[in-house]
Amino acid sequence: MLEIQSLSVSYGKSTPTRWLALEQVSLSVQPGEILVVIGPNGAGKSTLIRAVSGALPSLSGSVLVNGTDLAQLSAGQRSRRLAVVPQARQLPAAFSVYQAVLMGRTPYLGWLGQTSSQDHSLARRALEQTLSLELADRRVGELSGGEQQRILLARALAQDTPVLLLDEPTTHLDLQHQSSLLNLVRKLASEKKLAVLMVLHDLNLASLYADRVALLVAGKVRACGLPAEVLTAQDLTSVYNVPVHVVPHPDYGSPLILPDGRFGASL
Amino acid sequence: MKKNIQPYLVNLLCLVAALALSVAVGPVLIKPGVLLRILVSGLPGIAIQPDWPENIAAIVQQVRLPHAILIMLTGAALGGSGAAYQGVFRNPLADPYLIGVASGAGLGAVFAMAIHWPNGLLGLYTIPVAAFLGAALTILVVYSLARVGGSLPTTTLILAGVAVSAFASSLTSFLMLRSNQELRRALGWLMGGSLMSGWEPVLAVLPYVLLGLLLLLGSGHALNVLQFGEEQAIQLGLPAERVKALVLIAASLTTAAAVAFSGVIGFIGLMSPHLARLLWGHDYRRLLPLSMLGGGTALLLADLLARIVLAPQVVPVGLVTALAGAPFFLWVLRRAKNQVYW
Repeated sequence: MLEIQSLSVSYGKSTPTRWLALEQVSLSVQPGEILVVIGPNGAGKSTLIRAVSGALPSLSGSVLVNGTDLAQLSAGQRSRRLAVVPQARQLPAAFSVYQAVLMGRTPYLGWLGQTSSQDHSLARRALEQTLSLELADRRVGELSGGEQQRILLARALAQDTPVLLLDEPTTHLDLQHQSSLLNLVRKLASEKKLAVLMVLHDLNLASLYADRVALLVAGKVRACGLPAEVLTAQDLTSVYNVPVHVVPHPDYGSPLILPDGRFGASL
Repeated sequence: MKKNIQPYLVNLLCLVAALALSVAVGPVLIKPGVLLRILVSGLPGIAIQPDWPENIAAIVQQVRLPHAILIMLTGAALGGSGAAYQGVFRNPLADPYLIGVASGAGLGAVFAMAIHWPNGLLGLYTIPVAAFLGAALTILVVYSLARVGGSLPTTTLILAGVAVSAFASSLTSFLMLRSNQELRRALGWLMGGSLMSGWEPVLAVLPYVLLGLLLLLGSGHALNVLQFGEEQAIQLGLPAERVKALVLIAASLTTAAAVAFSGVIGFIGLMSPHLARLLWGHDYRRLLPLSMLGGGTALLLADLLARIVLAPQVVPVGLVTALAGAPFFLWVLRRAKNQVYW
């Protein structure tokens, strides 16, 4: 399981320009559970992913995977416990898809990068699980946004970690690709008992796919709980500065968020 | 498996051919058969009755062969370090010359000569160290000048490289102008002509180039992972800062050793990796060795051209590589602009 304890991150070096991007954030994710982090732009959602993954140094607090403090570990040991699916942009276009996915095995490889048959079978399995096996010989640069995002998910699966972080994986995807990717994440979380921490912009997708939702505002956790507890009209209206209606989903009863800001309707 | 070996074979064959051509062609043309027998007779334990004039053997063994090997090592160093810089900076236009490292190394070497670095053999063997210090300092300055946030855009890299290179070159010229006659000879060397002949410079450059190239050869996988960007590399378990430092040190060491004895030669580090990439793909584990082999071949051919085009006068090889390299540079720039394959 993933435990984030009182994590604070600051940007800027000297005191006058220094500000806290994350302040005392505490969250935990159980194996098999999807925790979705939502919040307005600049709330610190991506910063949270970067800090938890160790790509960004934190000011204080700690991140534990199955009880081990990641700060005590090397980059290689860390990435055997926690994999990140970044936003698909600026990927090395000339690499083949298979090569890119195989690089998910980096934490287990030596300096020269010699791969074993086990590494290859795990990379193939990750491609199968993400329904991308037929893409294996294509170049990364030739893929659509949705395919690239699937490849990054496959790379993270090849890393074979108990914890998976995803940073707005649906941002540039259309409706079909959004739901197929999130269905995949849902399935993998249940089958492989992954603890999934996912940042999403879309409140309705968050409501549909999350076991629990954390609402991040100005670097602090404003609320965390079941979608129905966190996605309330009152909270969302005040946080996003736009009046919203929340109605139950016709099939699942989960909250659906309808913005009501048109024609200058204001608070 | 056959597919994996083929590019190495092709490159090795080209290199051997270029090496043979370089030794055979000059003011005195040496026939292939004679050349082969002279070379074989130089091997220990083989006795061939010499049927060639003694001075021909001396030309081959004392002049042409060491010169060709020095040129080959220089080309391999420039090709390998060019590929490495391109990989670390994730920038297709990184070349030891264009980013100013070569000029920095030149300044280091000339400075060492100007302050009368220990003379004799010891001095010869340690001039690459001074060149390395110059190169390392340059890369630090260029890198910090060109960095925008977490990335290194092509434009700022080239601008910073040009500025720092110009600065280093003027300091070098100043040092040479105010010093004695001996150092003025360095002017020709700086433009890419060797200062010394015989085996001594080969032996002086060999340990540095070998060490640097071996370190680079081992860094292919790390450079591959780094192509996803530093952040993703860290998330994939690569200690990105350490990798970058190691590769930059190794590339600067090889560049410095090459510059210390062959002068500031541009564009080999640009052309060789790009041709290898075009023909055999982007995997750095393969790209690095192929760039080294190709760099050696390219510089041998450029040097050959430099020696015969105005014979008996020798054109600085740096002029030849720049003449071929500058148009190539523009071509790569266009491709990079259109994001064709980078």
